[in-house]
Amino acid sequence: MERFLETFFNPVVMAKYAPDVIAGMGVTLAIAAAVIVAGIALGLALACLRAYRRKVLNFFIICYADIFRALPPLVLILILYFGFPSIGIRLSGAMVLFIVLSLTLAAFAEEIFWAGFSAVEKGQWEAGIATGLGFTRTLAFVALPQAVRLAMPPLVNRVLAITKMTALGSAIGVVEILSASTTAQSFSGSATPLTLSVIAYLVIFMPMVVLARWLENRTAWKKR
Amino acid sequence: MDILIDQFFNVAIMQKAFPLLLKGLWMTLQLCVAVILLGLVGGLFVALGNLSPRRWLRWPTIVYIDVFRALPPLVLLIFIYSGLPFAGINVSPFTAVVIAFLLNNSSYYAEVYRAGLISVAKGQWEAAASTGLSRSQSLVYVVLPQAVRNVLPDLLSNTVEVVKLTSLASVISLSELLYSADMARSVTYNASPLVLAALFYLVLLWPLVRLVSHFQRRLAA
Amino acid sequence: MAKRPMLEIAALEKRFGDNTILKQIDLKVAEGELVFVIGPSGSGKSTMLRCCNRLEQPTSGDIIVDGRNIMAGTSRDLAQMRLQIGMVFQGFHLYPHMNVLKNVTLAQRKALKRSKAEADVRAMDMLERVGLAHKADAYPSELSGGQQQRVAIARALALDPKIMLFDEPTSALDPELVGSVLKVMKDLKSKGMTMLVVSHEMGFARETADRVVFMDGGVIVEEGTPDEIFGAPKAERTRAFLSRVAG
Repeated sequence: MERFLETFFNPVVMAKYAPDVIAGMGVTLAIAAAVIVAGIALGLALACLRAYRRKVLNFFIICYADIFRALPPLVLILILYFGFPSIGIRLSGAMVLFIVLSLTLAAFAEEIFWAGFSAVEKGQWEAGIATGLGFTRTLAFVALPQAVRLAMPPLVNRVLAITKMTALGSAIGVVEILSASTTAQSFSGSATPLTLSVIAYLVIFMPMVVLARWLENRTAWKKR
Repeated sequence: MDILIDQFFNVAIMQKAFPLLLKGLWMTLQLCVAVILLGLVGGLFVALGNLSPRRWLRWPTIVYIDVFRALPPLVLLIFIYSGLPFAGINVSPFTAVVIAFLLNNSSYYAEVYRAGLISVAKGQWEAAASTGLSRSQSLVYVVLPQAVRNVLPDLLSNTVEVVKLTSLASVISLSELLYSADMARSVTYNASPLVLAALFYLVLLWPLVRLVSHFQRRLAA
Repeated sequence: MAKRPMLEIAALEKRFGDNTILKQIDLKVAEGELVFVIGPSGSGKSTMLRCCNRLEQPTSGDIIVDGRNIMAGTSRDLAQMRLQIGMVFQGFHLYPHMNVLKNVTLAQRKALKRSKAEADVRAMDMLERVGLAHKADAYPSELSGGQQQRVAIARALALDPKIMLFDEPTSALDPELVGSVLKVMKDLKSKGMTMLVVSHEMGFARETADRVVFMDGGVIVEEGTPDEIFGAPKAERTRAFLSRVAG
């Protein structure tokens, strides 16, 4: 037991490397926030465009959403990070992480919002158009609010899953929580920094898990 | 334009890397089978504990699900692979991946099962009990088949996520598909092997992603 | 008619917290007898019925089926005893993922351990009896409510129960489908099945029941032959209920 504590909860190591891990938390949070905003905005925009039902446009939207839902983000990260410099585009690790995760989240968000639009009753669209709102305003003021409410629980779950992937930044030198603690681990020769990273992630993501659970229970309640 | 094709779609390099990637794909498939099967079974037990009327079963499973949904799978993987040896526990890369992803995806599968089990009407349990079936017989023959059918799209989309997740094994040098591709990339100084790996993943997962969308549309209608 | 009791409910009580649903219920159902339970909604009649096979856990009291107390024993004993108590639900509760034949054979095979051949033969017999042998391959969603309820009756009968409990078996049916289910129940009665029925079908009760029990507020207010209860009810509450139902 003592050895276990010494290995994973060494107070001296903790005190020494906590500042690094906390700095990593800042990086993780900043990238996560940017990904959430950009990913949801792009996904929502694509879902709205898709509602206009232009064939060619929709074909491309669907292809985009399919590809980015099927590809592991780490593959894209490596392609952007290692492949783009040789065609003259040099991106920082943080930028690569932001781009890939935003595009991935957008693909999922588009599908989730679109499912929300599909679930809005046809009568709602008809009522909006019949009252002279026109398609765009019906979309914005009638369908969208209902679609967003339906989309909330799966969206929060997906946001959670994708923001957790900021940990992939450690593979391309982004000094977020995980790479701060693996670096500390190799310097200190102790597993304690890894424990710190686990704690840091729980601090950030546990509230999101609880929020997701709460949202799900609330909607499940209303169905009854 | 030429440089773009040369860097990302270099057929000669792709051909050379192909056998190596095929080997990697084989490892990826083995990982998938292990992780998916264990996750499906483990997740079911976690879900059953979660729905149990007994508090000593319910609370630990709630904590289990929430903690492992909050932790990034890569963090779990690094913790098990690089952390446990400090405590004298050495695990092979394959085992580390299986354990880490089992912890992660059994929590996700458990949430899906839970929703499915709740969606089955209480009358089904009662009808089964009234005909003398035991609790476990009622579960296996009556309730579970309906539960699984009700959440099939979610089970499937979770399985897609698990397959994608196996790419993280490359971080601890397990020679699966992505690791092999990255090896080829670093030897050739060319990103085409990575693009080829992406194509492999697409061939593997695009049909499943289509299927998920198809199911979801049918359920919405 | 001094037949032995097939079902005996003794001093049955059911409470939810401070709320008493059933108070000191005593009721005997003799072999081959059809006892009909009526009463306003919330009177506890369905709860009483569901206590008889412990789908609802009684707070205290005894339920004795053919001489064996189902309140005693392990959960495995309970499953064994439930085999002898057929139950038909208001909502049918057929298994939607199985066809009619599998619905009727599942418990025969898994709980009674009958062979597939034996269970199939028995199931077809029972489906014949409820007039639905030709629907053996159909799925529940392809059947009308009346047909589903008849399959549910066949499912229970196939286990050779000693008594059948009916929990408002026709309440969820369209009026034109009620007759087909009642006909099957009448046929069962004529073949000597012991039955305890909770229902609002007063005409059926008058015609078929040996005894009618009126429940209100968690107690048995009055019991007697159909002629006694419907013709000359003694208690004021019974009279009020019957006039409300008739009116």
